[in-house]
Amino acid sequence: MQENTLSRPAALPQLPKSPTGIEGLDEITEGGLPKGRPTLICGSAGCGKTLMGIEFLVRGIQEFDEPGVLMAFEETGEELAANVASLGFDLKDLQERKMLRVDHVHVDRSEIEETGEYDLEGLFIRLGYAIDSIGAKRVVLDTIESLFSGFPNQGVLRSEIRRLFRWLKDRGVTTVITAERGDGTLTRQGLEEYVSDCVILLDNRVIDQITTRRLRIVKYRGSTHGTNEYPYLITEDGISVLPVTSLRLEHEVSNNIVSSGIPALDEMFGRRGFYQGSSVLITGTAGTAKTTLASAFAEKICQQGQRCLFFAFEESPQQLIRNMGSVGIDLQTHVRENRLRIEASRPTLNGLEQHLVTLHRLVKEFRPDAVVIDPITNLITVGNVSEVRSMLTRLIDFLKVSGITAFFTALVNGGAGRAEMTEEGVSSLVDTWISVRDLEGIGERNRGLSILKSRGMAHSNQVREFIVTDHGIELLDVVLGPTGIVTGAGRLTQQLEEHAQTLAVQQEAERRDRELERRRRMLEANIANLRTEFESVEEELRQISTHEQSRQQALTTGKQRITAANPPAQTAPTPESGQ
Amino acid sequence: MAEDFNDPLDTETWELRLYVAGQTPKSVTAVANLRKYCEQHLKGRYKLEVVDLLVNPQLAEGDQILAIPTLVRKVPEPIRKIIGDLSNEEKVLVGLDVRPIISK
Repeated sequence: MQENTLSRPAALPQLPKSPTGIEGLDEITEGGLPKGRPTLICGSAGCGKTLMGIEFLVRGIQEFDEPGVLMAFEETGEELAANVASLGFDLKDLQERKMLRVDHVHVDRSEIEETGEYDLEGLFIRLGYAIDSIGAKRVVLDTIESLFSGFPNQGVLRSEIRRLFRWLKDRGVTTVITAERGDGTLTRQGLEEYVSDCVILLDNRVIDQITTRRLRIVKYRGSTHGTNEYPYLITEDGISVLPVTSLRLEHEVSNNIVSSGIPALDEMFGRRGFYQGSSVLITGTAGTAKTTLASAFAEKICQQGQRCLFFAFEESPQQLIRNMGSVGIDLQTHVRENRLRIEASRPTLNGLEQHLVTLHRLVKEFRPDAVVIDPITNLITVGNVSEVRSMLTRLIDFLKVSGITAFFTALVNGGAGRAEMTEEGVSSLVDTWISVRDLEGIGERNRGLSILKSRGMAHSNQVREFIVTDHGIELLDVVLGPTGIVTGAGRLTQQLEEHAQTLAVQQEAERRDRELERRRRMLEANIANLRTEFESVEEELRQISTHEQSRQQALTTGKQRITAANPPAQTAPTPESGQ
Repeated sequence: MAEDFNDPLDTETWELRLYVAGQTPKSVTAVANLRKYCEQHLKGRYKLEVVDLLVNPQLAEGDQILAIPTLVRKVPEPIRKIIGDLSNEEKVLVGLDVRPIISK
């Protein structure tokens, strides 16, 4: 893949390729099978060789408008049509539309007597006629090795098969030849020595009672290709080779924010939530409310009228709904209104790849805005670590490309150093990582939540204590004690102490107020006293003055009387006399 | 190319069909050999048809022809096939299940 990207700017001529239309295979082969050349598909029984051949033809017709010829040596046209009808391939219809021609070649040794020289010109003529009658561009020979049981003369047969492949190449048709896998060789009859352009090996492996089908491109002359073993599945829509999307890191990103469903948790993120289409991982030890957090997120998504797909690997939908109902998270309504879909299954039900495909299928069907997987850790029971990791990588990539917010929970084993590691090592794949854990103190356990990373936004560095209440998860305010953040009973003590202190301060203030009031009253009383005193003095003075006046007047009256009795002296100074 | 004779002694008429592809040496040999054996052993009670697949390729599918030349015994049943240029007379007769007539 790297070579390809490097060579691309140089614009080297690429080998012409014929796209298969099979999900994922064209990515691995970087465009399809070699055009106009034969490709060998080999594998043991039950690998889906015939199916891959037929799908190559059907997709070629449906998607690329290239008619095809199927030469079947093992099954009749009717049998094949019936076999692939369940995948939605209508061979009859394609045959009627002159896009497909199925030629069943029946070889029965008991009917054939051999005498003298012969060749397989009849096969060439049949194939040539079939190709010409519909203008075929693609040919599938399934399984040409059957000829070896029909014709005793191996020498003739081999040279004729060699000639056949040469002839097909010259005709410029893209051919797929299927062959049974042999002992120690790719094919039973050594066909690989005739077909050297492209060889695809299919494999069916059982590990720990779980079957996984794998595909590998053994060789591809003149082209780079994915060299790994890729798991593939036979699904309701045909063959699906994975990884479908994980080859490149090119996806659109969104700037929208989705809420975590817990307002206080949103506050811890610089942008009040997760980016839409990002992946969120919650890790924690047992009983740290991971599922509750996930459910809160799912509920929030649904409340916004969006859709959420919830994969529960531990609980049945009913159990989940009941349990979440007890903490005030109402999933039932959303399930009823088809905004939430809960898919519950034991991880061991299927192989990893099957899980992945189920997920792909449900995502395509349900078109959710968010996907919750609770927990991803349980998948480890199905495969080994590297398999789970590669599956999760592909899953995360797939969801990212689809712009779906992914929310995973993972169980981690307790222990100081390991608490912040996930077994699957997916932590490097996710964008946001929230850790929940037990904060064990003296005689109690408290739940703490912290954000370990959050790509693309600032986040709080605090470990927040949270409690699960009747109405959901509540993050408690940070309480700082003398030695840092305190939780649980310590928090309560701290809160009580603080309360007492506040109370004391308040009482002190009240006391001061009262003192002041008292002083004021005292002063006011004093003022009143003084005023009374002043009033009495004033009255006394006024009385004295009145008495003086009346005495003066009496004196004046007396003097006048005396003056009237004596001869009047006109110049007598009356006013002065009054003083 | 078909020769039809009715012999009252043997009610069964043999229907033989020989598939060839053009005038290749193998085909020519096969036709010549077959004619000889028929005249010799089945005189008057056989029907021979030579089909050239280069002219009629669509006929190849019906009799499941792969090898050229192929001789098909249509009647009497069951169908038998003999491939090759029919150079071995004994094998051909055994294959066709014809009792050789020597004393005639």
